[in-house]
Amino acid sequence: MTATTERTLFDCRDTWAATITEVAQADPRVVAVVNDSIGSSKLGGFQKALPERTVNVGIAEQDMVGIAAGLANGGKIPFVSAAGCFLTARAMEQIKADVVYSQYNVKLIAQSPGVAYGDLGPTHHSIEDFAWMRTLPGLVVVAPADPAETEQVVRWAARHEGPVYVRVSRMGVPSVYPEGYEFVPGKAVTLRDGDDVTLIATGTTVVRALDAADVLAAAGVSARVLSMPTIKPLDDDAVLAAARETRGIVTIEEAMVTGLGGAVAEVLAENHPARLARLGFRDEFAITGSAEWLLDHHGMSAQGIATTASGLLA
Amino acid sequence: MSTLTPLDRHAGLAHAVETTLLAAPDREIEVLGRVPDGASRAETLAHLRRAATEVRRRAIQTVGAAGAGHIGGEFSITDALVTLYLQVMNISPEQVEAADPERDRLVLSKGHAANALYTTLAIGGYIAPEALRTFLQPESMLNGHPARNKIHAVEANTGPLGHGLPIAVGMALAARLDGSERRTFVLLGDGELQEGSNWEAFMTAGHQKLDRLVALVDRNRLQQGARVEDTVDLEPLGDKLRAFGWEVVEVDGNDVGALLDAYAGVPAASGKPTFVLAHTDKGHPVSYMRDNVAWHHKVPSAEQVAQALTELDAILASIEAEEETS
Repeated sequence: MTATTERTLFDCRDTWAATITEVAQADPRVVAVVNDSIGSSKLGGFQKALPERTVNVGIAEQDMVGIAAGLANGGKIPFVSAAGCFLTARAMEQIKADVVYSQYNVKLIAQSPGVAYGDLGPTHHSIEDFAWMRTLPGLVVVAPADPAETEQVVRWAARHEGPVYVRVSRMGVPSVYPEGYEFVPGKAVTLRDGDDVTLIATGTTVVRALDAADVLAAAGVSARVLSMPTIKPLDDDAVLAAARETRGIVTIEEAMVTGLGGAVAEVLAENHPARLARLGFRDEFAITGSAEWLLDHHGMSAQGIATTASGLLA
Repeated sequence: MSTLTPLDRHAGLAHAVETTLLAAPDREIEVLGRVPDGASRAETLAHLRRAATEVRRRAIQTVGAAGAGHIGGEFSITDALVTLYLQVMNISPEQVEAADPERDRLVLSKGHAANALYTTLAIGGYIAPEALRTFLQPESMLNGHPARNKIHAVEANTGPLGHGLPIAVGMALAARLDGSERRTFVLLGDGELQEGSNWEAFMTAGHQKLDRLVALVDRNRLQQGARVEDTVDLEPLGDKLRAFGWEVVEVDGNDVGALLDAYAGVPAASGKPTFVLAHTDKGHPVSYMRDNVAWHHKVPSAEQVAQALTELDAILASIEAEEETS
């Protein structure tokens, strides 16, 4: 059992849906583009309020992303909302060519990302997305950690001129940021300071890093916890400061370790080699289990993270 | 080594570019611009036929000098491009530069025919004719496939096949949301219809009854490696599109008059999107190229360029002769 079970947990899709509906009601350029994903995106209210600005292309992801690029050509701000696994893998070339290379102002909203569909199996997992998306020039890649950050990221994406990829968590998460927190794209957030080891987490794993810091503190280890909502552009300065000021870094992500972990490893190797351990999914398709169980199983329980961090200090 | 700096004012590049130039053509293309207002039918057809022939004259010299290109499929689509830019579309260089939201849109889904598009844009006054001498050269805005980041008149970056139609559907949806009567045109290759994404978009456009969307397929019957019918056959193509909820118009796609007549029917009374099934010849009208699969991306020798120019000049002479007798 993890510590998160004692907390109030939120489905960030509720925040996403309420926020995008408000944003669209205030800005006539905003359009939702979906692949029969009204229900799974919780956009029923949006569709009811703004039926003419709900474009449902059916089960057709390539068409969906291309249409979004065309809508952007016409001055619209399309928010494509679809399960992350299909949005990225099925429409990768449309994302690359029609949206990112063409510099169209399209927002790609990955619903139920990572292993949210844990027991549905690897076809429905979206753990490659960080690695794939961060190779695309100029695309901003964000994974909010809680409802407050989800709301801010959706509002920011609507204001930002350019393509954005956002994960919206379905797995329950507690609030992790202090009152008054403001999302700044490309900036890490120090949730807890420390000088022995640094835990860098993103999205759903931030709460697990905070819990691991408690475990480490009980053992007399001072852990810094960085939330890294923006995978790209990465906050290189925060990573390098952690490398200089602590004795090791652990990355934790609900993704292949070539996502956040890969990005951090590149910055370290090129600028300031440091001890690094990457937690996430490695070179195998995940076995069956719930999202929570899979994260625990892959070393991302509070105890698992703490054990990995302690190993770096040995 | 000759250079040109900066390439042009349309490039949208932040810095001046020095680019190696291709060998000069025998004569640079003249900006003909749109068919003049009030032109008779005969004058309109003569203007468009002359423009299409001049585009082909220039395009084959570009490919010969660059040593690369897709001249066969460019010649089959040239009449469609010229007819749209110089007569049918509500578009002008001024509207493009001002990003006029009410301009008609064109997406060249068969992006490998970029050289035909660039040359049409030059004859229409959208890019400087001398820019054609930079085709495929380092730092040129003239990629082997068109890029909107480099040329304002380009609406979407194409190249991978099966992308243009979904983008055009999005453009037509945006127009409908705006309550606008602007039209969206997309030019597709026939082999390209083997890409499944087109059929997703055919379904969506038919379902949405996007009556101001026009998809023209360049039905030249040849794809890169073989005849389309020997690869994966598309027939009965017209029936398929009718079944998908489109109005289908079949025309000779190398006849500018027939193309004008097809576009005059848009929007169709049925409220459906329009599919122009344009029967063309790859390599049209050059004798050694027509309907020959080798000319997908074969590069003409100097002798072959010269022979093509001789044949194209004979067409120009016949257009002039017709004008004098009319």
